[in-house]
Amino acid sequence: MDFFTLIQILDATVRLAIPLLLACLAGLFSERAGIFDIGLEGKMLAAAFFSAAIASMTGSVWIGLLAGIAASLFLSGIHGLASITFRGNQLISGVAINFLAAGMTVLIAQSWFSQGGRTPSLSGAERFNPINFPGALTTTNEVKAASPLMQVYSELLSGHSLLVYVALLTVPMTWWLLYRTRFGLRLRAVGENPAAVDTAGVSVVGLRYAAVAICGILCGIAGAYLSTALQAGFVKDMSAGRGFIALAALIFAKWRPWHALYATFLFGLFQALELRPDVIEAVIGMKVQGQFLGALPYIMTVVILAGFVGKAIPPRAGGEPYVKER
Amino acid sequence: MNNDTTAPAIELKGISKAFGPVQANKDISIRVMPGTIHGIIGENGAGKSTLMSILYGFYKADKGEIFIGGQKTEIPDSQAAIAAGIGMVFQHFKLVENFTVLENIILGAEDGRLLKPSLAKARKSLLELAAEYELNVDPDALIEEIGVGMQQRVEILKALYRQADILILDEPTGVLTPSEADQLFRILGRLRAEGKTIILITHKLREIMEATDTVSVMRRGEMTATVKTADTSPEELAELMVGRKVLLQVDKTPPTLGDVVLDVQNLRVVDEQGVERLKSISLNVRAGEILGIAGVAGNGQSELLEVLGGYADGTGSVTLNGEAIDLTGKYSDGKTRRARGIAHVPEDRQREGLIMDYSAWENTAFGYHDDPAYQSGIFINNAAIRQDTEEKMERFDVRPPNPRLAAKNFSGGNQQKIVLAREIERNPDLLLIGQPTRGVDIGAIEFIHQQIVALRDQGKAILLVSVELEEILSLADRVAVMFDGHIMGERAAGETDEKELGLMMAGVET
Repeated sequence: MDFFTLIQILDATVRLAIPLLLACLAGLFSERAGIFDIGLEGKMLAAAFFSAAIASMTGSVWIGLLAGIAASLFLSGIHGLASITFRGNQLISGVAINFLAAGMTVLIAQSWFSQGGRTPSLSGAERFNPINFPGALTTTNEVKAASPLMQVYSELLSGHSLLVYVALLTVPMTWWLLYRTRFGLRLRAVGENPAAVDTAGVSVVGLRYAAVAICGILCGIAGAYLSTALQAGFVKDMSAGRGFIALAALIFAKWRPWHALYATFLFGLFQALELRPDVIEAVIGMKVQGQFLGALPYIMTVVILAGFVGKAIPPRAGGEPYVKER
Repeated sequence: MNNDTTAPAIELKGISKAFGPVQANKDISIRVMPGTIHGIIGENGAGKSTLMSILYGFYKADKGEIFIGGQKTEIPDSQAAIAAGIGMVFQHFKLVENFTVLENIILGAEDGRLLKPSLAKARKSLLELAAEYELNVDPDALIEEIGVGMQQRVEILKALYRQADILILDEPTGVLTPSEADQLFRILGRLRAEGKTIILITHKLREIMEATDTVSVMRRGEMTATVKTADTSPEELAELMVGRKVLLQVDKTPPTLGDVVLDVQNLRVVDEQGVERLKSISLNVRAGEILGIAGVAGNGQSELLEVLGGYADGTGSVTLNGEAIDLTGKYSDGKTRRARGIAHVPEDRQREGLIMDYSAWENTAFGYHDDPAYQSGIFINNAAIRQDTEEKMERFDVRPPNPRLAAKNFSGGNQQKIVLAREIERNPDLLLIGQPTRGVDIGAIEFIHQQIVALRDQGKAILLVSVELEEILSLADRVAVMFDGHIMGERAAGETDEKELGLMMAGVET
């Protein structure tokens, strides 16, 4: 394997890790506030569809992005209503959202575009196009011939869409918000012991809705990224389990922002390698089933949960509706 | 200062609150003067906690008015209570376990959007408060790493940091050792001297007599009396609480000791996390004797009962009437233990003793459902069980004596009587009994104590675990104190006192 192949794989890693990262941070906000969310997948899917559909209709990816975020927020609202206001079971609500999104997207796509549950292909201003840094080389042949440093600059750092850089910035911002602000302190507290927040005179319901809303926005961006940046249009079930891998990454990261970055990039690397079986064979000298790589995030999560690599302790009040009592 | 011209710190006028058909508070009026410690005493379910919840904005009263410092005040939520200068220390602390002391203190009372300045300010005022009231805590310690006594201080500091002038403490000594409780009362005295008003809610008569200036008694949602503590006596208060004369002392004769029934040697228990919960315990109980196990909750007493009761594994040797008992494996379960003559009244009756949604008769059959008297061919004879339950309920004065009523619809005391009737009436050789009167009203406590002593007088062995030192001292013939998974020492009940046992409970060798 030459250096350029490595850079190519890392480049693919970045592109594939971004939706995982956004969804993982979305889950982090929600779960840190005590609301389990297995509906990340559904929210991403809905956002992917609506971003692509609206971008295609209006010709503007920005309006598409807003539509995706709105769709995701709408589903977050349902989740919030069911699990915060009506104190329902958070897992059931999440499952319902996943089913709703899986069915609804294809149905509406067929009704609007009649292309077998797809949206039309997006191009030009309907997509988030790669941003090339100043001086970066753009064609594969040029990059291949350049110096290693230039290869890293041109292939790995430059040439991603805006959402990639936004997602990467979200990590330090999340960390800062959680650990350096009043909102973060209260958010973390409400996931650990909502009674402490309530008796301190702060609204548990308000905090949890805020967390669920942030979760919706981030899932919305993740979904928009899938259909308008990573791909050029929506296809059925295009989230492809990423919401669940993001949840696995969240456990792997033990609900911490920087570790979420590491975990999602590791899982992104597996996905990148899944696409390049030739490279694996060249490096370790034997064939590895792509399915095995696909399953690795889950296997690693089980190992983590079994406590082999330190203990993953979820927020203590997670999954429990808050009922005022003494 | 003349009390007639000073406005009361708190005045409640005609507070009523109903939950469905249950009238939790009925037309309650009370005046609490500033700079005093005011006790509120009453049995479980008398409405003390509801009243305080109304004062702290958790519930809204159906009727009535609240005056704080002479001003009529509406308290729709906790925020309003805090703004009115009320601080509350709940029975179950409202702290975030994996936050530091400092973070817990500023939570909800931050000064601005960023944490750093808030934390710095809180650290400074925490040191001042610590010096002023002798409330030393390490601001950077995690809550989960400090003891309950310390956690309680954090709760008090939380209230003081929010500039509370009125401090409500709900059953504050439930989790404390006697010396920690004494320390708490010293702190409260200090707060009173600084002009703070304190409301102390408790069901312990002794604490009322020791710590308060004035005491209000509640019974069945009503305020039955408010008296100066100096002008009353524990007997009078007990009578006001229950509505009739109560025997506070248990009547019992010296024990007639028989053979050793239960012999435990080097019993060890390691929990799932690999923590050693029982560290080589040895003890024995004779026929006709009550061995009391004292200790602060969580020092291995629960594990001891679980292993002896057959639902946790242990290592070591346990014999009953000289015959070994399996501590692990196939024959180590509750059913085998019962067949051998060990009855068990578990510590947590609502989780381990009863199924709350099941009726009294179903609960009475649990564990003894294989009894031939309960069978009719291959079916269970429900009518026979109901009949048997009805008789038991009568003998144990369970009210209402209706076997079809679900366990959750009985009061704590009556639930305990149902469990007790089920276990005692089987004529066991050994009774394991944990926290027999936790959450039980005074009237029922008297009855339950009498039953335990009667069982002893029949020549049975009784292992009693209780965190209530008074209960241990009045019931037990011998007392063993547990601390951190081992037995600190044993004393004859007549030759020791609360002070000595209290030290042993805190791990001090005496």
